[in-house]
Amino acid sequence: MSQFTRRGLMKTSAAAGVLAATGMPASAAGHGPKRGGTLRLGIAGANTSDSWDGRTHSDSFMIMMAHGTVFDCLTEVKANGELVGELAESWEASADAKTWTFNLRKGVTFHNGKAFGADDVIESLQMHVAEGAKSAAKPIVAAISEMKKMGDHQVQFTLAAGNADFPFLMSDYHILMYPAGMIDEAIAKGIGTGLYKVDSFDPGVKAVLTRVDSHYKDGEAGWFDGVEAIAINDSSARMNALMTGQVDAVNRVDFKTEPLMKANPNVEIFEVTGNQHFTFPMLTNTAPFDNVNVRKALKYGVNRQEMVDKILQGHGKVGNDHPIGPANQYFAADLPQLEYDLDKAKFYMKEAGLTSLDVSLSASDAAFSGAVDAAQLYQASAKGAGININVVQEPADGYWSNVWLKKPWCACYWSGRATEDWMFSTAYESGVPWNDTSWENARFQELLLSGRAELDSDKRRSIYGEMQAIMSEEGGTIVPMYANYVDANSTKLAHGPDIGNLWQMDSSRITERWWFK
Amino acid sequence: MGSVGKIILQRLALGALTLVIVSFVIFAAVNALPGDFAAAILGQGATEEAKTAIRADIGLDRPFFERYFTWLGSILTGDLGVSYAQMMFATNLGGDQLISITDQIGPRFFNTMFLAGLTAVIAVPLSLTIGVLAALYRGSVFDRVANVTTLSSISAPEFFLAYVLILFLAVINPLFPVIALPEDGMSLIERARITMLPALTLTLVVTAHMMRMTRAAILNLLASPYIEMARLKGVSPMRVIVVHALPNALAPIINVIALNLAYLITGVVVVEVVFVYPGIGQLFVDAVKNRDIPMVQVCCLIFAAAYILLNLTADVMSILSNPRLRHPK
Repeated sequence: MSQFTRRGLMKTSAAAGVLAATGMPASAAGHGPKRGGTLRLGIAGANTSDSWDGRTHSDSFMIMMAHGTVFDCLTEVKANGELVGELAESWEASADAKTWTFNLRKGVTFHNGKAFGADDVIESLQMHVAEGAKSAAKPIVAAISEMKKMGDHQVQFTLAAGNADFPFLMSDYHILMYPAGMIDEAIAKGIGTGLYKVDSFDPGVKAVLTRVDSHYKDGEAGWFDGVEAIAINDSSARMNALMTGQVDAVNRVDFKTEPLMKANPNVEIFEVTGNQHFTFPMLTNTAPFDNVNVRKALKYGVNRQEMVDKILQGHGKVGNDHPIGPANQYFAADLPQLEYDLDKAKFYMKEAGLTSLDVSLSASDAAFSGAVDAAQLYQASAKGAGININVVQEPADGYWSNVWLKKPWCACYWSGRATEDWMFSTAYESGVPWNDTSWENARFQELLLSGRAELDSDKRRSIYGEMQAIMSEEGGTIVPMYANYVDANSTKLAHGPDIGNLWQMDSSRITERWWFK
Repeated sequence: MGSVGKIILQRLALGALTLVIVSFVIFAAVNALPGDFAAAILGQGATEEAKTAIRADIGLDRPFFERYFTWLGSILTGDLGVSYAQMMFATNLGGDQLISITDQIGPRFFNTMFLAGLTAVIAVPLSLTIGVLAALYRGSVFDRVANVTTLSSISAPEFFLAYVLILFLAVINPLFPVIALPEDGMSLIERARITMLPALTLTLVVTAHMMRMTRAAILNLLASPYIEMARLKGVSPMRVIVVHALPNALAPIINVIALNLAYLITGVVVVEVVFVYPGIGQLFVDAVKNRDIPMVQVCCLIFAAAYILLNLTADVMSILSNPRLRHPK
């Protein structure tokens, strides 16, 4: 019970096709990794308000620099989707998945020389629920009712309710391990147990890191002598920096310039489909979206493939109106795909007793790049079924506070979550603050609670499969597409056979996993 | 010279008043924008509870005028304060390892001034020279080429000029780096080299204005009787322009130079973004995006002060260059 095996993206044939098309070296594993060189990264998603406080991390630069680079988590999701221990060596659950015992790695030290142990784990977790702390990982830690130090290198967590995914949650990039008693200092200076220690850090500008002399991942990861991460938020500047060889890898490749970059023999594009998805949530307690037939008519009135082709320029996959992505463990690949079918849309309009329907769809590019265009495509595709969508272009400023969760139908994005339960309980559990479809479904809720405490993998697969089916058939959100993570690197770099698909840049662990040829 | 001193003092007092008014207008404008710091920093992840907590922490829940006058009071005592973003970390930390706005802006201010300075060193002599030569050879091929080139460069968007320069000076001939990221301890020459592309881009932007004003001001004077006199007594055309016309044309030229220098300090966000140059502009845009009022205010004060001081300098220099203004009747 110590390790879950996940079906990673790489195992699906579709992904193999993508990889072949992007010229990924299949023989990368043939040349063994070797130490040396300074990795220079050009990263979008940096802000002048960045810090080493894991509770505030939400954008690419800090996610990449913190977990797996300067700091470590208790567990880690490998590139192939397998969950392994990072600072934890092994773990055990009680039969009800309520009590979890973690055995910590011995002989690990922080960059300032302090030895890592049970106290550090407890304090690092407690900071997420401290009075006045605004941590994105608060719900995860708040679910722990008791943390007990069983020994210098053993911690026992008692959860308020059973959660089979608990070790997965401990790999969250917010939950970093800081040295107990000096967390303030560690946040100010960036003192972790990671492969690289901080030389200098200028928020929103640059981070310079050096490899520590000896590390418990020696021989397995951390091949660079140093890392120099430059914040380049402008996409043309980032592409230029890679093309002229000033950096070795960049994230968030601009789809428009991607063909030009492919033409450069010194540059490789790497692309994976993860859980990031774009949505059009409707408030299911508001007319006309409270009528399940209206929702079904809207589901059949959208041309998903057209959106993937035109909005993502092919860099994505069609969605099936549920938030579980190909990077999730129990992704229901066999679920019937919702197709663009105007006859069915008309049929459900009739079922709803309507001949025509006028609805407003609020969109802004704050939701996702191309959201307004996507809404207009939706408008055009649904017209044939008598559905008149009025696209309302909302200001990007204040979109999340004034439009999302407030307007009956709008555009939205989700980066997805590593586990099904986490995703569902963030946005689709009855009564949670981010339930952006006001989704209330008795059967769904019952399945959610039973799945959480279930340790049997087959049973969980059927539970989460049914939940995805319910959402796909009657749910309140349209998920037209999953957007790929598209990054690029110099051909001087090499990597293992798999590329992680939880986040950009090999699940944001490029500094740990890649090396110079 | 007593009158000049008096003018300087008067103008400084007026400038200080202008700064106060600017700060109030900016404060009101940022407050009028939809969303506040709490909503902006939390983004999609904002819950009502978290927003209320942040507002209480940084004092956003207090009345508008109270916040403004508290801020004004601390500015007047020389304390630039702490940005909201830093304050939020402070409550997260429970500690007081705060980075003040002075610490945050300091190095960026230096970078901005360095870029503006380097650009000025290239652009001012260049545009004066071209302006004088264009006036001298009015209507010639040189005059036309200079006019068309500088007008095209001022008409093109800055990012486009930047990409053209990148293409020719970084991609095809790798002379300069495309990322202008200065480091501590760089020598002046190395620093100038990595800052060269943004400086050249800005040179292209500001040259036209200064060069054309030089040309126009000189040509304007060439019709004056005293110039005709100089010509009649056989002074060479170059000498007519440089010795007789230019000193009298200085006042408008200095004013245009001052305006352009102020622009170099305040208006170069696009160039900073394209070349990843860590100047104040980027910080300012981030701060507006986050509704980080203390930071926005300080940036605006710097920008406004740059305009006021440069205009003042221009006026004083105009007066000094014109003896008639020095002795008002």
